[in-house]
Amino acid sequence: MGLLDKHGVIERNATLLLVAGLVTVSIGGIVEIAPLFYLENTIEEVEGMRPYTPLELAGRNIYIREGCYNCHSQMIRPFRDEVERYGHYSLAAESMYDHPFQWGSKRTGPDLARVGDRYSNEWHVQHLKDPQSLVPESVMPSYSFLAEADLGFRAQDHLVANQRVGVPYTQEMVDNADADLKAQADPDADWDGLEARYPKAVLGDFDGDPTRLTEMDALVAYMQMLGTLVDFSSYDAQANYR
Amino acid sequence: MLAFGAVLSLLAAGFAQDVLFQTHAWVVFFALALSTIYVLRKVDFAGDAAPVDKSGYFDDPIRAGVILTTFWGVVGFLIGVIAALQLAFPVLNIEPYLNFGRLRPLHTSAVIFAFGGTALITSSLYVVQRTTSARLISDGLTQFVFWGYQLFILMAATGYLLGITQGREYAEPEWYVDLWLTIVWVGYLILFMGTLFKRKEPHIYVANWFYLAFIFTIALLHVVNNLAMPVSPFSIKSYSAFAGVQDALTQWWYGHNAVGFFLTAGFLGMMYYFMPKQAERPVYSYRLSIIHFWSLIFMYIWAGPHHLHYTALPDWAQTLGMVFSIMLWMPSWGGMINGLMTLSGAWDKLRTDPIIRMMVIAVAFYGMSTFEGPMMSIKAVNGLSHYTDWTIGHVHSGALGWVGMISFGMIYFLVPRLWGRDRLYSMRMVNWHFWLATLGIVVYAAVMWVSGITQGLMWREYDAEGFLVYSFAETVAALKPYYILRAVGGAMYLVGGLVMAYNVYMTIKGKTRNEKPIAVAHVATAQPAE
Repeated sequence: MGLLDKHGVIERNATLLLVAGLVTVSIGGIVEIAPLFYLENTIEEVEGMRPYTPLELAGRNIYIREGCYNCHSQMIRPFRDEVERYGHYSLAAESMYDHPFQWGSKRTGPDLARVGDRYSNEWHVQHLKDPQSLVPESVMPSYSFLAEADLGFRAQDHLVANQRVGVPYTQEMVDNADADLKAQADPDADWDGLEARYPKAVLGDFDGDPTRLTEMDALVAYMQMLGTLVDFSSYDAQANYR
Repeated sequence: MLAFGAVLSLLAAGFAQDVLFQTHAWVVFFALALSTIYVLRKVDFAGDAAPVDKSGYFDDPIRAGVILTTFWGVVGFLIGVIAALQLAFPVLNIEPYLNFGRLRPLHTSAVIFAFGGTALITSSLYVVQRTTSARLISDGLTQFVFWGYQLFILMAATGYLLGITQGREYAEPEWYVDLWLTIVWVGYLILFMGTLFKRKEPHIYVANWFYLAFIFTIALLHVVNNLAMPVSPFSIKSYSAFAGVQDALTQWWYGHNAVGFFLTAGFLGMMYYFMPKQAERPVYSYRLSIIHFWSLIFMYIWAGPHHLHYTALPDWAQTLGMVFSIMLWMPSWGGMINGLMTLSGAWDKLRTDPIIRMMVIAVAFYGMSTFEGPMMSIKAVNGLSHYTDWTIGHVHSGALGWVGMISFGMIYFLVPRLWGRDRLYSMRMVNWHFWLATLGIVVYAAVMWVSGITQGLMWREYDAEGFLVYSFAETVAALKPYYILRAVGGAMYLVGGLVMAYNVYMTIKGKTRNEKPIAVAHVATAQPAE
């Protein structure tokens, strides 16, 4: 055991212990994580992905704030039962603009990766206010306060911060951010510009009160777009095998 | 310095861009202002007090740390029981501040960072002084590190209730709280390394290798995982530097190694000092400790991807994570054997000393959960266990069994020594604590196995026609009895914690309970018949 006897050198030198330890713990991270940033096939090529609208982004922040990820995943695994229950398995591309990711790790409630377009706005609002009124078995808390809370969201600042971490918001999107935020949930607004900037955005009042822009509007707008962007008719799974 | 910080936070409150940031700045202001007043009242302006003796060890913050570890433990267990009950009875949610989504991070952080973190900082500062025969390099820096960390806990905890979170599990505090922790942590590294430099012993004792690995690896993990872009210097909100799949792996590289280095390496340092001390036996094998240390810290780092099996993470990364997770079983059990075998020749103490019993059961739970972990990292098993309560049960057998029990052992070891008492207030209460906690864990873990496997099987059950049998709501309803039982297991553990708190309190007050010693039963009965 000649090698182990030499260990005394490290035991007598604190700096050596620190450096050798740091090198040892760095290797794994470098080998596993670093390639994800340059291997081109890490994220599939898909059609339809776009950055979040300002209102969806605000809703996503509420989703994070309330800790929804503690009980809901947003990551459908490629199993028969999951695909049948929730829809096409999730692609890496679908969370490419998610800072942070919200894949989750626990399903106390169902997966939400493709909850968009499955229920009406009215259903979501009622369910968030009183989950047990729609799903008696549910153990979800009530979020009725969201309908009372006016949405305070400096959209432009948030889009710029996202731009800085690499989300491809255009200058036009940033300039129109605050207007787009209000327009998306306003049934009387002119939606042409918003629709051109953010295809497939769900438009109209969400929380049942078109006179106010609330946190409920934002959260429902976010949930109604989840999993709806990618065009799976043009997606080739074989070409994207990793 | 405290006063300066208070003024700064007052300014931050003034400039705040959103209500939450303003509230948080006020919290800091009041905490710092109160500390300033407290410190000023203690300062002796006349200067006629006796000079402080700086020749011995510096134990003031260690005494505070033992009390706070006990306190945070009870708080963390209590929030856990409440959160468990919320899952059984949703009416217990009080929106918005006390909804499950906000309480759950409060529970995990209270246990991991408040209870576990305070236990680690406290014990490491105690151990590093005793094993180097040197006083900590600076009293001021020690106070800064210790109380700075408590301020971090306060900020994190109030933040969760207010809804200030990054949405990254076990790394929820926002950017400015993370910056503060970084400063404190660098101070901690300097304090620890500095004390190693001025050691009077030629060799650095093995417990310190583990503590040191815990300190520098957590620094690395914390900084990389929390890289983020704040919306403005006066806003609570930041956006993670990474997105989607890269963000996921960075987070779980962090998350799993928070387990590996915070909850394992740090507490192994504790094991390597307090177990031999309490058993009055040397560590079983010096060579095994060397192999244990280097292989453990090398392999742990790779294991993160097993949290992302069958997700959109590329397959090569998943497989690599799985392979290393399985290999990790070996160093983990090497450490367990080294800990358990330290009792060679002192096994009889298990009968008479409930403190050593606590440490031994801790190491046994360590062995159990480091067997279960590699098993769950196998993709086929993970396909069933992921997203279910099985994971929750696994975490708790590690956290309650290993981390909790070894910390309780540490507290019971330290209290009489730090306050100069002959013995604890009551050894019989330690025994009660031991059984309450052990049975609590067994109930908890067993219930979560059943619940998790039930859940996983129900989700994937098909009938003869090829239709899914259960709706999601039906699987939720099926778990209710288990959720109630889980809360019972947690409550037993909480009661054990309260027993300990009382025992610690009475010991510090200098009381001893009049009780029969733990019986040395039937020692002489093992004689062969004539």
